[in-house]
Amino acid sequence: MKTGRCSVSLQVMSDLPVVALDGAVSLISGFPALAGADLVVEQGEIVLLEGPNGAGKSTLLRLCAGLAPLHDGAGTVLDCDLSSRPARRRVRRQVGLLAHASALYDDLTVEQNLRFWAAANRVDEPAIEPAMQRLGLAERLRDVPVSGLSAGQRRRTAMAVIVCRRPRLWLLDEPHAGLDRSGRDLIDDLVLAAIDAGASVMLSSHEVERASGLLDRSSGPSRAVTVVGGQVRC
Amino acid sequence: MLNDALLLAAKDLRVERRSRVLTGQVLPFGLIVLILFGFGISPDRRVVEAPDRTVLEQVAPGLFWLAVLLSALLALGRSFAIEAVDGNLDALKLTGLDPAGVFLGKALAIWLELLAIELLLGVGSLALYGATITHPLLLLVTVLAATTSIAAAGTLYAALASGLRVRDTLVPLLVLPVLAPVLLGATLATEAALFGPAGDGWPWAGLISTFAVLYLGAGMVSFGVLLEET
Repeated sequence: MKTGRCSVSLQVMSDLPVVALDGAVSLISGFPALAGADLVVEQGEIVLLEGPNGAGKSTLLRLCAGLAPLHDGAGTVLDCDLSSRPARRRVRRQVGLLAHASALYDDLTVEQNLRFWAAANRVDEPAIEPAMQRLGLAERLRDVPVSGLSAGQRRRTAMAVIVCRRPRLWLLDEPHAGLDRSGRDLIDDLVLAAIDAGASVMLSSHEVERASGLLDRSSGPSRAVTVVGGQVRC
Repeated sequence: MLNDALLLAAKDLRVERRSRVLTGQVLPFGLIVLILFGFGISPDRRVVEAPDRTVLEQVAPGLFWLAVLLSALLALGRSFAIEAVDGNLDALKLTGLDPAGVFLGKALAIWLELLAIELLLGVGSLALYGATITHPLLLLVTVLAATTSIAAAGTLYAALASGLRVRDTLVPLLVLPVLAPVLLGATLATEAALFGPAGDGWPWAGLISTFAVLYLGAGMVSFGVLLEET
């Protein structure tokens, strides 16, 4: 079913790529953070984005989340045309973005944050508790205000929001940052479980060894691409 | 849309309850403003045209609404500061919540906070300035309409400035001129509610009610674009 410039079909399996960028340009304050990026991500695929700081990895993830505008070139995510504002809004509801900022309210507890974001994302209540259990937040951290969490615990809470959402496309910006070894293993397990469930994953990481290990363990297709100067090199 | 509004308002009020910024900072600030206004005017000075009334009593409505407006600026700044940090605004965009619902929710939370502020400052004004209420219904309508105007226009302009680094100083510059007619109307309607005749106050109450509807409508229509641009 097509509505305007965006298919709203909820069918998970599709022959169309999940992400298809062709010469995508995105400007941040007039600067081309993405300068003609080409990328295709298939259903069930993990794509690792490598590259130096300021190369455009975060902007690429934000573009795919429907948050950064597409100024030139062509791009579709989950069959939604990124050049159309209404379509970009539809993309947002179907992706999960773990950015550098954790997007949590400092004054609320871990559970209050999760319940708010779950309700805002139209997630059913029963999905919250398993996500908290999975991320190790169900016991002593449940009633702790987010302002009292360590960086790693904040990361786990932010990840729990994404696990609740069960998005079709996971966009993870340095997901291992600030986490201890068990936390990193947990993130890897969640990513692999998402792939097994039919989702696609794009992640950026400076920890090449760990991220490469993740690609090797994936049951689906996987590859690493390098982002340099706002362009994607395979 | 209404469910989204209630969700946002409940979240903002929960944040407020836990952080206690309203009770610990905004309310004391409003009271200090009221007391400082009182210091500036001699309590024994009488109004020439109405010798049974002190000058302080006569200007009490204007001082009350000024104190409310200044306190509202703090509450508005706080309301959007919690969204501007830590990527919360982006996360809100990702939810697919109805922007009009987000606007109404933020405005509703501010509206309730302002009512609490006005209750306390109202009691403070009556005690400090010695005014008495003669037309409570007119006062109630004036308070509800003015509070809605301040909450709606304030939410709209605070959202406009929320993505900027200079938002703390920009919000008063944007909000105060827009709310000047509301301040004027609310002051004159409150004067009528205190000293009568009530007939003098109702047209002003009607005017600020019109402003309230206009600001609410403008916010609901434009908030999506504002959210997109911040």
